Amino acid sequence: MELLVVGLNHHTAPIAIRECLAFSEDQLEEALAKVHALSSVKENMIVSTCNRVEVYAATREIEKAIHDLKDFLSRYHQLPLKEFDRSLYAHIGEEAVRHVFRVASSLDSMVVGEPQILGQIKDAYDRAQQSKTSGLILHRLLHRAFHVAKRVRTETKIAISAVSISSVAVELAEKIFGSLEKKTILLIGAGEMCELAARHLVSGGAEKILVTNRTDERAIALAHQFRGEAIPFEEMGRGLRKADIVISATNSPRYLIDHDQIIKVMRDRKQRPIFFIDIADPRDIEPKVGEIENVYLYNIDDLQKVAQENIKDREKEAQKAEEIVKEEVVKFVNWYHSLDVTPTIVALKKKFEEIRKKELEKTLSLHPDLSDREKKSLEALTAAIVNKILHTPITLLKRTDEEGMSDLYLDTLHVVFGLPEKSSEPSGEELEEEKKELTSEDA
Amino acid sequence: MLMNIQFFKFAAFLYFFGTLAYLAYIIFLKRGLSKIALIVISVGFASHTLALLTRYIEAGYTPVTNLHESLSFFAWMIIGILLIATLKYKVKVLGSFLAPIALILMLFAFALPKEILPLAPVLKSFWHPFHVIFAFLGNAMFTLTFCCGVMYLIQEHQLKSKKIGAMTKRLPSLNLLDDLSYQSLKFGFPLLTLGIITGAVWAEYAWGRYWGWDPKETWSLITWFLYAALLHQRLTVGWRGRKAAIMAIVGFLAVLFTFLGVNLILPGLHTYSNW
Repeated sequence: MELLVVGLNHHTAPIAIRECLAFSEDQLEEALAKVHALSSVKENMIVSTCNRVEVYAATREIEKAIHDLKDFLSRYHQLPLKEFDRSLYAHIGEEAVRHVFRVASSLDSMVVGEPQILGQIKDAYDRAQQSKTSGLILHRLLHRAFHVAKRVRTETKIAISAVSISSVAVELAEKIFGSLEKKTILLIGAGEMCELAARHLVSGGAEKILVTNRTDERAIALAHQFRGEAIPFEEMGRGLRKADIVISATNSPRYLIDHDQIIKVMRDRKQRPIFFIDIADPRDIEPKVGEIENVYLYNIDDLQKVAQENIKDREKEAQKAEEIVKEEVVKFVNWYHSLDVTPTIVALKKKFEEIRKKELEKTLSLHPDLSDREKKSLEALTAAIVNKILHTPITLLKRTDEEGMSDLYLDTLHVVFGLPEKSSEPSGEELEEEKKELTSEDA
Repeated sequence: MLMNIQFFKFAAFLYFFGTLAYLAYIIFLKRGLSKIALIVISVGFASHTLALLTRYIEAGYTPVTNLHESLSFFAWMIIGILLIATLKYKVKVLGSFLAPIALILMLFAFALPKEILPLAPVLKSFWHPFHVIFAFLGNAMFTLTFCCGVMYLIQEHQLKSKKIGAMTKRLPSLNLLDDLSYQSLKFGFPLLTLGIITGAVWAEYAWGRYWGWDPKETWSLITWFLYAALLHQRLTVGWRGRKAAIMAIVGFLAVLFTFLGVNLILPGLHTYSNW
C-alpha cells in the first residue's frame, strides 16, 4: 500500500481555479463516498480550504489512482482536466508524507505559520472518519501529522511570527482612514471569518458594526454580539452607503457586489473612501470594483501577500521547522516500511528454516548409519511440518495486509518468535494521548 | 559682511543638513533621524528669522523687494509651515518633502546678489509689503497642499496596486493627507485672495490703476481660478483624494510659474528688479 496526495494549492493554482475545484461543506460527504468507490483507492480524505484542494489516499495502484483522482476532480466539478492539469501535483510515498506534515504544520500555507490550517486538516480527517473512508494508514499518518504540527508550534517561532490576515486588514484600514475610531463596519455574511475580522477591527477602535446576512437570525445574533445593527439582506445598499469598511465572507457562488452598483454608491457617499475586504471564496465582490476611485479592494490573496512581507526571521524559523518535518518523515517512513509484511514473512521463514536445519543436522549426526533414502524422508518430513505450521500465519498476514490491518499481527509475530526489531514507533495509546492533548489545547 | 547675510548663510547651511537628515529618514526610517532633522531645521529657522529681522533693520524696509529677498522669505514661510504642521499633525515624513523645496529656494536665493540696494520708488508703498507677505504666505500654504498631493498620489498608488512596501509605512494615511491638503488649501486660498487684493490696491497707488493685465497679474488670476475651482469642487461635489491631489499639483505649477516663470520669461511691470 502506498500513500498518495493529489491536489493543488495557492502555489500552483490561481484563486479562480481553486474556487472552481473547492468542495463546499455539504458536498464533502458525497465526494468522499465517490472517491471511496474508486477501485484503485483504499483510503481517502479530502482537504478543501481557500488555499488548497487535496485528496489524501492510500492505494495499491499508484498510476491508476492518480489518474482516477484527477478524473474524479474534473468530473465532479465539471471542469475539463486540461484546464487545471498543469496546477495539479501528485506526491507519492515519502514525498506524500512530507507534504502532509508540512501542510499540517502550516509550512505550506500562504501565510506560513497561520494557525487555521491545522484545524481545517483535523476537520477534514474527522469527516473522513465519520464517512468511514479513512483507514489505518491515514489514521496513523494524520495523527503523526498532528504530532509534527504540535512540535513545530512549540519548538519554533513560526506561529508567533505569522501575521494574521485580520491584522493586515487593520493595518491597511489605518493607512486609508488614519484611525479606525468612529468608523463603521459592514459585515456581509455572519460566518466565523467575518466575526474574526470584525473583532480585530473593533479592537483597533472601530465603532459601529452593521451586519447583513441571508438569514436574518444569524445577522441579528452577530450584531447583538457586537452591539451593532442588523440590516436585512435586501437593504445591503443602505449599509454600503454608511460603512467605511466592508468585510464580505459569504458562500455565494456569484458576485454580491458589482462595479456599477458601487459607482452609484460612491456618488451617494460623496466619494467618501471605502475599503472592501473580500475574504470569501469564491469571491463576493467583482474585482473591477477596486478600480473605482476612492475604493480599495483587497481579497484574501492580496491580504496574505501583504502579510507575508511583514514577517521577518520567517526563513530561519521555517528552516528549523523543516528539520523537524524531515526527522518525523524518517520515523514515519520507518514505521510505514515495517507495515510491509514481506520482510516479516521472510524473517519468519528464515527463522523456522534455521531451526529445522539445526535440529535435522543434530539428529543426522547422532544416526550416521541412516540410508540416503531415510535422510531424504526426514528432510521432507521436517520441511512439511514447518510449512504446515507457517501456512496459517502467513496466509493471515497476507490477508490482513490487503485490509491494511496487518499492524497488530506483525507486532505479535515479532514478539512471539523473537524476530529482529522492526520499529521504534510509539504505541497506539501514546498516539491517542497526543490527539487528546492537541484537541484540549485548541479548546 | 552684514549680519543678515551671515544669519542667512548659517540658516541655509542648517537647512542643507536638516534636509539631508529628512531624506535619510525617509530612506532608512530611523526615528532618531527625524528628530535630528527637526532640531537642525528649527535652529536654521531661528537663524533665518534673525536674518530677516536684521535685514529689515539694516535695510530700513520690509525685505521682500527683490528675488533674493522674496525667495528667502518664501523659504522661511515654508519652513515655518513645516514646523507648525509637523508639531500639530505629528507627520514626521512631511519634512522629507517640504524641506527639500525650501532648500532649493534657499540655494537659489544664496546664488543671487544679496546686497541691500536703495529701494525703487514704486516699491515705497504702505501696501507693497502686505501684498508680498500675503501672496507668499498663500504660496507657502499651497506648497504644503502640493506636497500632500504628491504624498497622496504615491500612497494611493501603493494601496491600489497592493504593493505594500516600505514606502507605505513611511507615508501617513490617505485620510490625513487629504485632510491636511484641504486645511492648507482653506488657509492658502484666502491669503492668495488678500495678496491679489492688496496687490491691486498697491497698483492703484503705484501706477494709478487697480488691474492692468500684465503677465504677473494675469497668471496670479489663473492661479487663483485654479485654486478657486479646487476649493469649489471640494466643497460642493465632494472632490477628494486623487482628483484633488492632481489639481493641487497643477495649482502649484501655476504658482511656480507666476512667481518665477513670469519674472524670468515674460517681461512686465513686476520685473522692476533685474533679479
